[in-house]
Amino acid sequence: MHVIDRRLNPGGKSLVNRQRFLRRARALVQRAVRDSLKDRSIKGIDQEGEVTIVRDGVHEPTLHRSGQGGNREYVLPGNREYVSGDQIDRPQQGGGGGSSAGDGDGEDEFRFMLSREEFLELFLDDLELPDLAKRRLTGGEIEGVRRAGFKTSGSPASLSIPRSMRNAMSRRLALRRPSRAELQRLEDEIALVEARNPPEPGDAALLERLREERDHVVRRRSLISYIDPIDLRYRRYEEVPKPVAQAVMFCLMDVSGSMTEHMKDLAKRFFALLHLFLSRSYRHVDVVFIRHTDRAEEVDEDTFFYSRETGGTLVSSALDKAVEIIRARYRPDDWNIYVAQASDGDNLTQDNPRTIALLQDQILPIVQYAAYLEVGREEDPMAGGTIASDSDLWQAYVTVQAPKGRFVMRKVHHRREIYPVFRELFQRRGVGVRGGAA
Amino acid sequence: MTVKSATPLFEGHDWDFGLIQRIYDAVEQVAVGEMGLDTYPNQIEVITAEQMLDAYSSTGMPLFYKHWSFGKQFLSNEMLYRKGVRGLAYELVINSDPCISYIMEENSVTMQTIVIAHAAFGHNHFFKNNYAFKQWTDAEGILDYLEFAKRYIADCEERYGHDRVEHLLDAAHALMHQGIHRYPRVRARDLKAEAAREAERHAYQERIYDDLWRTLPRGKAEAVVPADERARALQLPQENILYFLEKFGPRLEPWQREILRIIRLIAQYFYPQRQTKLMNEGAATWTHYTILTKLHERGQLTDGAFLEFLQSHTNVVHQPTFDSGHYGGINPYALGFGMMRDIERICVAPTEEDSVWFPDIAGSGDPVGVLKDIWANYRDESFVAQFLSPRLIREWRLFKLDDQQQAPKLRVDAIHDERGYREIRRALMRHYDIGWQEPTIQIVDVDLAGDRRLMLEHDVNDGVLLAAADAERVLQHLANLWGYEVCLTEKDRETGKELKQHRAQPFAAGLE
Repeated sequence: MHVIDRRLNPGGKSLVNRQRFLRRARALVQRAVRDSLKDRSIKGIDQEGEVTIVRDGVHEPTLHRSGQGGNREYVLPGNREYVSGDQIDRPQQGGGGGSSAGDGDGEDEFRFMLSREEFLELFLDDLELPDLAKRRLTGGEIEGVRRAGFKTSGSPASLSIPRSMRNAMSRRLALRRPSRAELQRLEDEIALVEARNPPEPGDAALLERLREERDHVVRRRSLISYIDPIDLRYRRYEEVPKPVAQAVMFCLMDVSGSMTEHMKDLAKRFFALLHLFLSRSYRHVDVVFIRHTDRAEEVDEDTFFYSRETGGTLVSSALDKAVEIIRARYRPDDWNIYVAQASDGDNLTQDNPRTIALLQDQILPIVQYAAYLEVGREEDPMAGGTIASDSDLWQAYVTVQAPKGRFVMRKVHHRREIYPVFRELFQRRGVGVRGGAA
Repeated sequence: MTVKSATPLFEGHDWDFGLIQRIYDAVEQVAVGEMGLDTYPNQIEVITAEQMLDAYSSTGMPLFYKHWSFGKQFLSNEMLYRKGVRGLAYELVINSDPCISYIMEENSVTMQTIVIAHAAFGHNHFFKNNYAFKQWTDAEGILDYLEFAKRYIADCEERYGHDRVEHLLDAAHALMHQGIHRYPRVRARDLKAEAAREAERHAYQERIYDDLWRTLPRGKAEAVVPADERARALQLPQENILYFLEKFGPRLEPWQREILRIIRLIAQYFYPQRQTKLMNEGAATWTHYTILTKLHERGQLTDGAFLEFLQSHTNVVHQPTFDSGHYGGINPYALGFGMMRDIERICVAPTEEDSVWFPDIAGSGDPVGVLKDIWANYRDESFVAQFLSPRLIREWRLFKLDDQQQAPKLRVDAIHDERGYREIRRALMRHYDIGWQEPTIQIVDVDLAGDRRLMLEHDVNDGVLLAAADAERVLQHLANLWGYEVCLTEKDRETGKELKQHRAQPFAAGLE
């Protein structure tokens, strides 16, 4: 008998099958991920989770006898009161028993867990992110290693041959190690003298001197080694720490009655993507939700997305609130501030000047990035059509002056249009990460 | 009861490899030394819960080819496990030589003792001695064969594309239960030779390949073959659909035939397990119960460990009654164990009734010998038909219900009384008869002269038709494999009346 410990065998034997299943059911899983976004918070977007797909799509058919119809017999345990000949009502659902009887189609839902990577991958796919951006978001920690000089000990794999050889050479030069050519010259000379026939006078003395010299050279060569442990240098690597930094993200949204569920859904995806991006760049990300009608208030995420208010629309109230919160809690010196605003574009016309002033003079100077997302109905034609006029807020924001890349505005009708808003953000690597802001 | 002499093998919960070895030796002492069980050499492998999940989704085998359906199984098992809906099995055992048993690292040492007695001796003895396994499976060759299958299918994926192989496997899996020889007219499999056979065939083809043959003018079409001759040539009627396709499928490429063969042989390998579920579990459970009781009697097992054992044993052999709400069919562990215990009792202390019902074994005084004989020579169906005793029927309070399609109500046909015993036993036997429970489907004819339509028949029992939605899908797979139209007729077994017909046309692209 053998006992074999298999615990250390590489796990994940089912990984390939798992991937194949996901590939097979890709369309279904994708839809499930899209739907499950409703139940996820913005911060929890990149976590593993449960999804449900219709079983029918991944059904494996076999030829088997139907669960209904025909004449059947059942043998059951636990008789209490029946005697033979009794008549019993049929139970509500199909056959009452034998394991062969109820072998119908089973549940019509298939539930399983998606890992964090799988979920994120599908989520980002759905937004049609380019592969490069996707990789940056889904990839592991950005913290890396970089070359940083040399050290005297290390593993053979990191031995720096040029540097070690250079050290060896300078040591040999400094200690005047005789070269091989020198030795050869002496050898040749000795051979020459020895070969002379008849020997010239003084040869014996010369020969003795030369031999002595040669012995000396040989001795020096063996004492001063060609390469010595003290010459060895190893490449040194240094871990590059992620900049210790924190960011706060302001989500501003108009929640007046004109915002439909579809619009809010678009806004949520937008916020989620921004959060995902920020949490890649910063170690700590706070999220502040501000909703507004004609007055603004800070709320939690649930209220933010799922409660409806009535009232007019004053965008400046939200900006006011943001400024107020920044003053109170997030000193711009310590925090990287991001502002993302989603709205259907309604605003009271007389509020526009004040809105522009707030954004341009108070907010833009202290934030890293501000984005305005104008969400439209799904069936809307592409924005900027000939007749469709721009919304009040859009007209106002167009006039805002800001450094390039600091303020971005975009109209979005479909989730695939969300990513372009971030394009500049993704292109500028390590955007606005201020060192030392801890 | 023997005197408690030995010192306990262990106390507490934790185990290490030395202890496993000592436990194994003690169990072997009882199982082989006293009971005379005859097993393959054992190999016990310690695995983690995650690895157990992996093993689950490849039907328990340590290696298997890749297919999405195993991924699906894995995901659903993982979900159930993580949510705590279902625990994992304590063990898994593979019918191979040497016999591999998996034990989980989380198990307590008492559990490991049960598992060793249950799997490494109970199941192992059954695998080695039962006639169905002897006839149909090749324990020595299975792991090598799976290795070959895995590599072959992976090669095909590289050569012909993932999608084509996946579609082929989908179709083959759908027909897996129709890929079994049920009657032993073919010699037992030598799975080791399979890989060699395939390599040889391949080499031969390469050797005789000559491009010149292609240039020969084609001869005249063959004359129409009369039906009976055709049937003989095609070995019709044929219930092994995968075999038929492998041999006669007109549009399959050699690698597709080989994969069909692989699926067919694997299905055949598992067939005895389905035939002997009740007996196999019954035998293993009875074995572990007997061995652990003996160990306890000798003092090799502490009282605490014995109580822990009894608790998990009781859970395993629990049978909810039909109206309890937990009822999910008859628990094979419970019924199997119950019957084994009952047979033991009949051998040792028979009642008058037993002497009438079981004259051959009643009072024989050698329960182990009788049981070993039963384990070797029966399968579930014949086992129940022979050995379900009136006493057990009374104990379980079994009763039989008749569900006639026309009748408005169910009728209690038999209960545990003198008139009912035989009827209940007959009905329960039917329940374990795979040939009765699974539809009988045969290929009856091929229209070779015409449109090459493949004709199948389902012998309908008791008016129970095939589940229609599934049948349509499987037929679609079959049509894709066959390459031409497929027609399945459901005919009543008694009257021969045609009840229903399914047809399927292959997709234009066939298996592409």
